[in-house]
Amino acid sequence: MTAVHDLDARLRTCIHCGLCLEHCPTYVDLCTEMDSPRGRIVLMRGLHERRIEPTPAVAQHLNRCLGCRGCETACPSGVRYGELLEHFRSQSGLPAESTVMPRLMAFANFYLFPYRRRMRAAVAMARAVRWLGASHLVRATPLARWIPDWMLRLDAMLPTTIDAAEPLRREYRAGPRDAQRARLFIGCVAEVLRPRTHRATIRVLNRHGCDVECPPAQGCCGALHLHAGRRGEACALARANIDALHGDAPVITNVAGCGAMLKQYGDLLADDPAYAAPAAEFARRVRDVSEFVATLEPVPPTRAMPIRAVYHDPCHLGHAQSVRSAPRELLRRIPGLQLVELNDGELCCGAAGIYNLTHPDIADRLAEAKLRRIRDTRAELVITGNIGCMLHLGARARRDNAPIRIVHTMELLDEACDPRTAPPPYNPDSEAP
Amino acid sequence: MRQINPQYLDELRRVVGPQHVAVDPGERHTFESDAFTLVRGRPDAVVFPASTEEVAGVARITAKHGLPIIPRGAGTSLAGGTIAIDGGVCVSLTRMRQILDINLRDRCARVQAGVVNLHVSQAVTAQGWHYAPDPSSQMVSTVGGNFATNAGGPHTLRYGVTAQHVLGATIVLADGSIVALGGTYDDAPGGDVLSLLVGSEGTLGIATEITVRLTRTPAAIRTQLAIFDSIDDASHAISGIIAAGIVPAALEMMDQATLTAVEQWLRLRFPLDAGAVLIIEIDGLEPGLDRQTDRIAGLCRRHGARDVRLARDDAERAQLWMARKKSFGALGRYGLSYCTQDGVVPPSRIPELMRFIADVGARHRLRVATVMHAGDGNIHPVLMYDENDPAQVRAVVAAGYEILDRCVALGGSVTGEHGIGIEKVRHLERMYDPDTLAMFERVRRAFDPDRRLNPRKVLAGGAPCVELLRPPKGIPA
Ligand SMILES: Cc1cc2nc3c(=O)[nH]c(=O)nc-3n(C[C@H](O)[C@H](O)[C@H](O)COP(=O)(O)OP(=O)(O)OC[C@H]3O[C@@H](n4cnc5c(N)ncnc54)[C@H](O)[C@@H]3O)c2cc1C
Ligand code: SF4
Ligand code: SF4
Repeated sequence: MTAVHDLDARLRTCIHCGLCLEHCPTYVDLCTEMDSPRGRIVLMRGLHERRIEPTPAVAQHLNRCLGCRGCETACPSGVRYGELLEHFRSQSGLPAESTVMPRLMAFANFYLFPYRRRMRAAVAMARAVRWLGASHLVRATPLARWIPDWMLRLDAMLPTTIDAAEPLRREYRAGPRDAQRARLFIGCVAEVLRPRTHRATIRVLNRHGCDVECPPAQGCCGALHLHAGRRGEACALARANIDALHGDAPVITNVAGCGAMLKQYGDLLADDPAYAAPAAEFARRVRDVSEFVATLEPVPPTRAMPIRAVYHDPCHLGHAQSVRSAPRELLRRIPGLQLVELNDGELCCGAAGIYNLTHPDIADRLAEAKLRRIRDTRAELVITGNIGCMLHLGARARRDNAPIRIVHTMELLDEACDPRTAPPPYNPDSEAP
Repeated sequence: MRQINPQYLDELRRVVGPQHVAVDPGERHTFESDAFTLVRGRPDAVVFPASTEEVAGVARITAKHGLPIIPRGAGTSLAGGTIAIDGGVCVSLTRMRQILDINLRDRCARVQAGVVNLHVSQAVTAQGWHYAPDPSSQMVSTVGGNFATNAGGPHTLRYGVTAQHVLGATIVLADGSIVALGGTYDDAPGGDVLSLLVGSEGTLGIATEITVRLTRTPAAIRTQLAIFDSIDDASHAISGIIAAGIVPAALEMMDQATLTAVEQWLRLRFPLDAGAVLIIEIDGLEPGLDRQTDRIAGLCRRHGARDVRLARDDAERAQLWMARKKSFGALGRYGLSYCTQDGVVPPSRIPELMRFIADVGARHRLRVATVMHAGDGNIHPVLMYDENDPAQVRAVVAAGYEILDRCVALGGSVTGEHGIGIEKVRHLERMYDPDTLAMFERVRRAFDPDRRLNPRKVLAGGAPCVELLRPPKGIPA
């Protein structure tokens, strides 16, 4: 997003009808106008017109926003809420919330998450600790009181098992010489915490006759930075990725949050004379993997999976990229898979980047509500397209002792067309959650 | 501005809990207006009670300190019903969203006032029931707000307005006393005080719990979209259908400006060169419906419809209704603020009124889009203006007076469903004679002698009119 020039007009696109209220997770949870999209736009406008001061209360209500953009889908008037929010978070001089936790989180957020190597080291440590049984022991002792809550939450969010994986190769050929090519965006969190998603994505693309390249110089997409108002860092990361992934092959991502960000590079760098054009060109090449695979010649899955499953729309895929039907279309190709729809499916599960760490209470309640609606459908499997949702919902389900298997769309597709497995009926219990 | 007295704030905090009282100027700022944005007013405090007892506690504190008290639901009022012109305590009922009891044997549900209209229907859809009043804001507006404005909707034509679907209510009065009216059946003894409260716009009491009637969902439904080259043809088709003795479940119109905005948003392939479209829905038992559908299509064609399309399935029907129900919101795409009028005329006078509205718009150089509950003759001309241009703001107010005066002259009314609020206080005075108005005022004082409940709404009670909303020069006061 460029610094918003026509801010007045953009703020006034909101005609105060209120039709977005019930589509906003924080309004549904807290039931207060100042935690609704309309209320937040009024706050932004009040700040812009200097009719109100940026008090801690005002900051709190703006910071409580998940950035899920459910309101944009609901808004008939076409308010571009996400851009407004980013603008105000980066320029309005809002005071930071004053608790220690978000600061510590900010540290992990900016110095750990975006860098795969550091992150991998941190995770390795966490795993070692857990392997020693320490995290379990520590929690049972009075020591637990001295460990910051966010650290426990972060630990709880890590998957119970992190599979070991060979480092990604530079290239995975599909076979035929004239195969279509795609560049895989690797990102940070996904490759460290759930390497199997990328491997499955690569196999699915190969099977659909598409070569996959994984250029190593790429890095974090910068979404967390931008959403926290750190535009400069986000822009630097964007430029690095544009350079690393240059060419004309489509750029494929399997993380909804990254995809939404990559598609926004054009706007982000519009004021940068050297990068404006390449960034716009780059943004046009970005596709979510489900969106991309749906355009390829279909390869019918061979393995029947006669189970009841829900597809959970990640906000940054459904609301931010309007990709809703492609993943469903791909999943419907799996023989026997019974895809049911969620009530209130458009409401965020509370993951929202690091929201689950900065606003644990709201995030927990949203996950709980989402899991309750999932349970209402009597589904045994949740399929989605975003690592954040998978970790957040998984952690909450484990804590409730109600584990449910959560997989990425590509992982399930991969299993369903794996020629190495004979086609026995699929059994969700036979695999670790 | 009135000084905020910390003592009453502490008392409020004790009743509803400190985290449920908003006093920060920024927080109160978000309550300055509802869906009516011509005038604004910031409350001194906003409270978010969770129960009838808490609302009563709040009322007692405001009584003790002599403060205005303004109830608020989802804040979708199109007449400024929730605006705190003189400050005071705004009571937001949005936390009260529990469905307390569903009783299908007696066809009713008891809900807290902050329950969203649509959520009532959703709770009983699976069993084949619904809550019939369906204002276009039903996905957000509250049962309490609907009760207070006697809300209508597209299906009002067949099923009636909110008043016909309210069986009982728990009301908190201005002094904090709690009264229970009606019950789970019609004609509860004690005189029909309940009817007086429905549509009283928060001036007689605050509804905290409401018992509503549930309605069987019809076995079969047909929804048609009729496309006309001109508004005139569409208007004549409406009077034609009504004159033929057909009572559709819903009969709605959208004009070209509205269609264009909706199409930009939803891309449903509406014909953009059409002058107007009608959405006509009939329901009932399967036998006979097709014949009636054909009859309506024939009537439309006779009045010049270019095309009549039948929604093929539930998904298509849902899309048509989504387009219609969110059409007000979609009009925001013109990039202007707007004021929605709410006039009523007998259906036979619709063609005449539509020509008049076009005329008024042209004369004041205002962009006008019109949506209407055509079957009831309830017309919503949406007058668009640039709020940074004082001349346009004045023009909108003037055009509103002209249109509503014409509605009254044609034998209609100045409001069909949105209520009087702050916006139409002066219009109401033009509609009734002084004796009738004086009686309204006496009724109000019987409930609220100090006139603290939503004080500047509906009846001025001697207070001066908000300057901006005064009838402009050239229009007799
Ligand atoms: C896009 C859009 C479409 C609309 N379509 C329709 C329509 O088709 N039909 C229609 O009738 N209206 C319509 N409206 C107007 C509005 O939605 C209705 O008036 C609705 O009933 C208001 O409900 P609310 O919960 O938003 O109440 P609010 O707007 O918060 O309040 C409305 C009035 O009721 C009072 N009030 C609220 N709750 C209580 C309570 N518990 N006890 C006592 N008083 C209370 C308030 O003081 C105020 O005077 C529409 C509005 C919008 C923005
Ligand atoms: S739906 Fe859009 S226009 Fe309406 S209040 Fe929400 S943001 Fe504003
Ligand atoms: S982005 Fe999500 S949380 Fe934020 S206002 Fe919109 S709907 Fe609410």
